[in-house]
Amino acid sequence: MSTEQQTDETPLVSNRAMEIATALFFLLASSIVIFDSLKLGVGWKESEGPAAGYFPFYIGVIMALASLIVLFQGVVKRVGAGKTFVTREGFNSVILVLIPLIIYVGTIEYIGIYVASALYIALFMWHFGKYNIFMGLAVGTGVALGLFAMFEIWFLVPLPKGPLEEFFGY
Amino acid sequence: MEEINALFNGFAVVLTPYNMILMVVGILLGVIIGVLPGLGGANGVAILLPLTFSMPPTSAIIMLSCLYWGALFGGAITSILFNIPGEPWSVATTFDGHPMAQNGKADEALTTAFTSSFIGALFAVIVITFLAPLVAKFALKFGPAEFFAVQFLTFASFIGMGAGSPFKTIMAMCLGFALAAVGLDTITGQLRMTFDFITLLKGFGFLVAVIGLFGIGEMLSSMEEGLEFKGAHAKLRLDAVLRTWKQLPKYWATSLRSCLIGVWMGITPGGATPASFMSYGLARRFAKEPKTFGKGNPEGIVAPETAAHAAGTAALLPMLTLGIPGSPTAAVLLGGLLIWGLQPGPLLFVEKPDFVWGLIASMYLGNLVGLIVVLTCVPAFAAILRVPFSIVAPVIMVICAVGAYTVNNAIFDVWLMIVFGVMGYVFGKLKYPLAPLVLALVLGDTAESSFRQAMLASQGSLSIFWANPLVTTIMTLGVLMLLWPAISWLRGLLRRQGGSVSA
Repeated sequence: MSTEQQTDETPLVSNRAMEIATALFFLLASSIVIFDSLKLGVGWKESEGPAAGYFPFYIGVIMALASLIVLFQGVVKRVGAGKTFVTREGFNSVILVLIPLIIYVGTIEYIGIYVASALYIALFMWHFGKYNIFMGLAVGTGVALGLFAMFEIWFLVPLPKGPLEEFFGY
Repeated sequence: MEEINALFNGFAVVLTPYNMILMVVGILLGVIIGVLPGLGGANGVAILLPLTFSMPPTSAIIMLSCLYWGALFGGAITSILFNIPGEPWSVATTFDGHPMAQNGKADEALTTAFTSSFIGALFAVIVITFLAPLVAKFALKFGPAEFFAVQFLTFASFIGMGAGSPFKTIMAMCLGFALAAVGLDTITGQLRMTFDFITLLKGFGFLVAVIGLFGIGEMLSSMEEGLEFKGAHAKLRLDAVLRTWKQLPKYWATSLRSCLIGVWMGITPGGATPASFMSYGLARRFAKEPKTFGKGNPEGIVAPETAAHAAGTAALLPMLTLGIPGSPTAAVLLGGLLIWGLQPGPLLFVEKPDFVWGLIASMYLGNLVGLIVVLTCVPAFAAILRVPFSIVAPVIMVICAVGAYTVNNAIFDVWLMIVFGVMGYVFGKLKYPLAPLVLALVLGDTAESSFRQAMLASQGSLSIFWANPLVTTIMTLGVLMLLWPAISWLRGLLRRQGGSVSA
């Protein structure tokens, strides 16, 4: 929450750089919206009223204008300069959380959400919490079993399953 | 008294064993969600919403709204005991709540917070009981132009009353509208912005966006800060509760003021968070000894808690009567209504009185049950926070992933959740507001179709938005709100030329 705290950690990205990057992202998004709307037609259609692209077109234009102002504030008026968006240490810990999360979601399709979740929790606890891997597996399996009972048995909402569930006949 | 009759019918709907159990389950889950980081009212409701599709809508809304009350209560526990606001609207509660806990008065601080929350909510529910039917009756006369005007006012208020940069509010809001437009255009049947991806046909699920933006986004920033819980122990004894209750009546003025602020901010889409800050600020300004604030003055708990809870509750009034949610959580509930096939708005009061009054009755009971639950179970909830973050964090991630998957039974949505999570993390740090984004995502289609219907009626002339006194008033208010940042900027410029420099 506090972006201004002064610590001895190495600053990695300034707020200004991120402001500019985000404004560019919004500009990209608005140009996609405007481009697609123009393709659909932004005018008036007889007996149908405004064409399908009419509303998104103006949304895109407004978004582009606002992004240009924020971009201007970042580039010319140097808003956010000198403030740290993220330190090297902070960035590392975010990436260290994000990558396992991506791997976790990637494995869901192959080994099912229950096994993937149990492994994810176990490895997360082992790596970040310095827990014994067996402790992690115990918690992970417990959560996975809880979810299984809740979704497959109680609410009858099927979640992605893998070979293990198949082995047990699900 | 029509309303009283209708309300008693509502109580009859609620007071079945099934609904009462759901109510308690909702409150308990809500408090847990409010206590845990990464899970808040909005994404808690979003995660559970798909599970309620098989329930009767009335039972489902009772459970989900109770989850919301529980989350409102739960935020106070972490603020006071751990100095960590579990929810944004409980930030102001930490100012005086945590010092009180450090002075060994945790029990009094908690009792004050819970009781104030309850009073704020009760006040707002009474307002809803009597005002909602009137608003609904009035809104029955609304045509598409009026509805669009109200929606325009809602979004303009975000720009006018937002604390941050108005341009960022506009950008976030437009992104919401743009994402809402993706998929099949319901009026012309054309595909918009799908770029031949079949998965985009259905558009972006707002539930997935909420889970990502609020849940994953908050987890990422918590991990960066390396969150650790260190807190005071809590035990609530009956004598402390009674002692505090004896003290509370002397804060009646603050309480009443906070109720009014809260209800106002809740009905207009200001939301609970600004309401709590505003109420805290005013309480300090009107206090006899403003210096005691921030050092453990119970009045500094009464003010934000009453206002936050009143605002959170009042946010349901425009949702039910006009189909416009006053807060992100109300927006998710509104999305739920649409999924259950209920069209929120004035007709709901005519067509589904059981549903509406059941919900309103459940607000009275839910808050009462909530007060009892939190007063008796504080030690248990505080214990949840002693579970180390390295266990809580992956479990919350898994719950979010499962929640995102169940929205459409699609892995694609889980990937989308991660993308929204990264967005939420970046937006949060750069102070892009998330509430207008979510609201635009939920309301985008409705706002667009009322705009297009109005334009069709007027054959493309914008003058329809100034066609009668009612729509003119709403539209003019909206334009005023939209221009408010520009007006205050000009005023600031003039004042600076006058010599005094102030924000």
